Amino acid sequence: MGLFVLRRLGVMLLTAIALTFVVFYLTNLPPNLEKLARTEGSVRMTDEAVQDWIVKNGHSGSIFLRYGQWLGVVPGWTYTDEKGQSRGRCFQIGQDPALAPRYCGLLQGNWGYSTFFKAPVAGSLGAKLAATGWLMLAVMLVMVPTSLLLGVLSGMREGSVTDRTLSTFSIATTATPEYVSGVILVALFATASTGISPLLASYGLIEPNKTLFLASATSAMDKITFWNFTLPVMTIALYGIGYIARMTRASMTEVMTQQYIRTARLKGVPFRSVVMKHALRNALIAPFTVIMLQFPWLLNGVVIVESLFNYKGFGWTLVQAASNNDIPLLLACSVVAVIVVLMTQLISDIGYVFLNPRIRLA
Amino acid sequence: MDQLTWTGTAGTVLLPLLQVALLALALALAARLVFVLAGLDAPRLPGPDGTAAAARSPGELASLAVRYSFFAALGAIICMLAAGAVMPSPVEAGILGAMAVRFWPAWAALAATFVLSIRYRRKLGLYGKLFDSTVGMIGFAIVMFWVFTAIFADVIATHDAFAQMSGLKNKPPGSAAPDTAYGWYLLGGDHLARDVFSRMVMGAREVLKIAPAATLFAFMVGITLGLPAGYFGGRLDTVISFLANLVLAFPVILLFYLLVTPEIRNTGIPIVLAAFLFIFPIIFLIVLFNSRYHTNPPKRNLYVGLVLLIGLWAYSGLAFNRDPLGIWSMQPNMLNVFVSVVFVNSPGVFRIVRGLVMDIKARDYVAAGQTRGEGPWYIMLWEILPNARGPLIVDFCLRIGYTTILLGTLGFFGLGVSPDSPDWGSTIDDGRKLLNLFPHPAVTPALALMSLVLGLNLLADGLREESLRD
Repeated sequence: MGLFVLRRLGVMLLTAIALTFVVFYLTNLPPNLEKLARTEGSVRMTDEAVQDWIVKNGHSGSIFLRYGQWLGVVPGWTYTDEKGQSRGRCFQIGQDPALAPRYCGLLQGNWGYSTFFKAPVAGSLGAKLAATGWLMLAVMLVMVPTSLLLGVLSGMREGSVTDRTLSTFSIATTATPEYVSGVILVALFATASTGISPLLASYGLIEPNKTLFLASATSAMDKITFWNFTLPVMTIALYGIGYIARMTRASMTEVMTQQYIRTARLKGVPFRSVVMKHALRNALIAPFTVIMLQFPWLLNGVVIVESLFNYKGFGWTLVQAASNNDIPLLLACSVVAVIVVLMTQLISDIGYVFLNPRIRLA
Repeated sequence: MDQLTWTGTAGTVLLPLLQVALLALALALAARLVFVLAGLDAPRLPGPDGTAAAARSPGELASLAVRYSFFAALGAIICMLAAGAVMPSPVEAGILGAMAVRFWPAWAALAATFVLSIRYRRKLGLYGKLFDSTVGMIGFAIVMFWVFTAIFADVIATHDAFAQMSGLKNKPPGSAAPDTAYGWYLLGGDHLARDVFSRMVMGAREVLKIAPAATLFAFMVGITLGLPAGYFGGRLDTVISFLANLVLAFPVILLFYLLVTPEIRNTGIPIVLAAFLFIFPIIFLIVLFNSRYHTNPPKRNLYVGLVLLIGLWAYSGLAFNRDPLGIWSMQPNMLNVFVSVVFVNSPGVFRIVRGLVMDIKARDYVAAGQTRGEGPWYIMLWEILPNARGPLIVDFCLRIGYTTILLGTLGFFGLGVSPDSPDWGSTIDDGRKLLNLFPHPAVTPALALMSLVLGLNLLADGLREESLRD
């Protein structure tokens, strides 16, 4: 077991380094650096001035060395211009280079300076991650119980009408990406002109020209309410519900055909307690893995939903970083994303071994 | 020229009917859920005296009610469409009826496909068996509806998808467009006063042009790499699997933002990727024919020569845009989108193929082939691959749906496609800015995309059921 975890951690580290290097390479391509130079310096810079800016700001030289600097295993760059003024990665202009630390990268806790937020990356990204954390938590609270319930109900009696209905529902939700369900949910519940809000208003159940839910989640940044948070959460959850429910159903139908279930039924145990006591525990092992592996998917959903509902969290930050060519911020976002993906893979593997005693790792 | 109503003349009778049916359906569904949760849905067992109880359990009654009210609602909708189709003008037909009429080439082609397929289904293998499963048939019908819509888009569309009519900006569905040949904007106008219905129809063409082709390329790459990885195992497998997991661990949207930008086109990375990915179909086909016919050189030379000729011709045009005859070409931004989608999809296919090969290579017929002295590529391509076709076809259907979703995501973030492209993703993106006030420009493509993917998923489900029955 220990060796297995160690080996997995090794592969994970290798994957993380390879992925961050790819992101680093793609964000530091010459056209991106030229764009950065023009936005940071001036739009009317000549091509020579752009090249000069790139050299002066430490964006020239080998890509591997620059990656090493960003990671913090290669000493940060310094540049002294003809006037004798020094600038460098690890100190501000005007500071004494001799006093600055030699290494300042990710490993030293320096995530760089975001040109979009005009603030250090670490602090601003932290706040955004907290906002996304609340969203994820709410999604999990809705998604996991609903999908397990649906899956167990339809897998309990394979081929029954309940099974068919719920399976169709699951297929329908997996066919609806977030940007489609989000639009449909907003049109149904959050516009004053169509959907059910005008209907409810005419019955006097809600105030006129108000909507049942809010189509923007910006106010949820300060205070989460049922009114402003339901639609974003439901939009992300719906896509996952179908998938997890289908997996749970497959696992449940398999368990229900096992010998020990038949034995229990023939002993005269009521159907309900067969399901609750004998079947459920074994049927829920497989969905655990699926739920853990849903996290990377949620990341995708979060990006779409946060831009759709204007909720300023991690996904929104990623979009802003990418469209504003904010290289340090984009790199930080990718580090977070890669860590989330790899950690969930590891947890799902280890958790599966713990839950399923039949699997043994030497 | 008046504003059209949704259901036209027939709606005055059928609308109340539909409302009643839908209400009954909702009630019955709720009742059914309650009975299932309360455990009252089991069929009654015969009594101790051996007579079967005549009365149905509440759960069964509820499910009967669900079924009948569902069919009533469905019948009302079909009547509405049919009534609209026989009405002389859009005014009496209503929006739904007029749309049903506009789609007539798709309906006709669909009907012909179904009649022919059902007639000859016993001779058509797995495709024919699809018509034994209701779910599969529904899925197939939806998918083919969109395929035919894409083919006949020019006939179906009521207006030019790019033309702007003054005064029709954000107009609701059914608005009259007096200066045009057709006379109405069936599903209203968008924020640039273009016809939402025509854009949705033309968008089907955009989507169906890329998604199946990209999926096919991803399958070629995944199969060509997955077969040897699963069959030989060892270091080759370790290296390719590591690379595949690397791509899979990348959040898709981040990858799109990095790969599909105007700046990246200048660096030539899409062309390098295209050069790498597009070579796989050629390799696949050469190895396929070579392994089969290498004992018969004239035939082998013919097939391999043909593949090389056509393959390299297409390759030079598609990847490098240097086709000497100028027939094969791809616009740079289209190439960028295409390559990224293939790149994202291939590792998934690779993993599936590798798993299937590892499972199948332990079978007796593979051992028999090895004992006969067949080469490894012959066994992989002509023994293992045909026996893995069931799961691969199912995954192909699912993956086209997934690719459609990915293309929509690209459009949604405005990546890679031209700004006024009618494809569904970018139309949703255009429409969402005014979603609160005018939902129709965004909801129309959203429903279209959803129904296409749903159709593909149902089709995959039907195929899975039927191929498992073999």
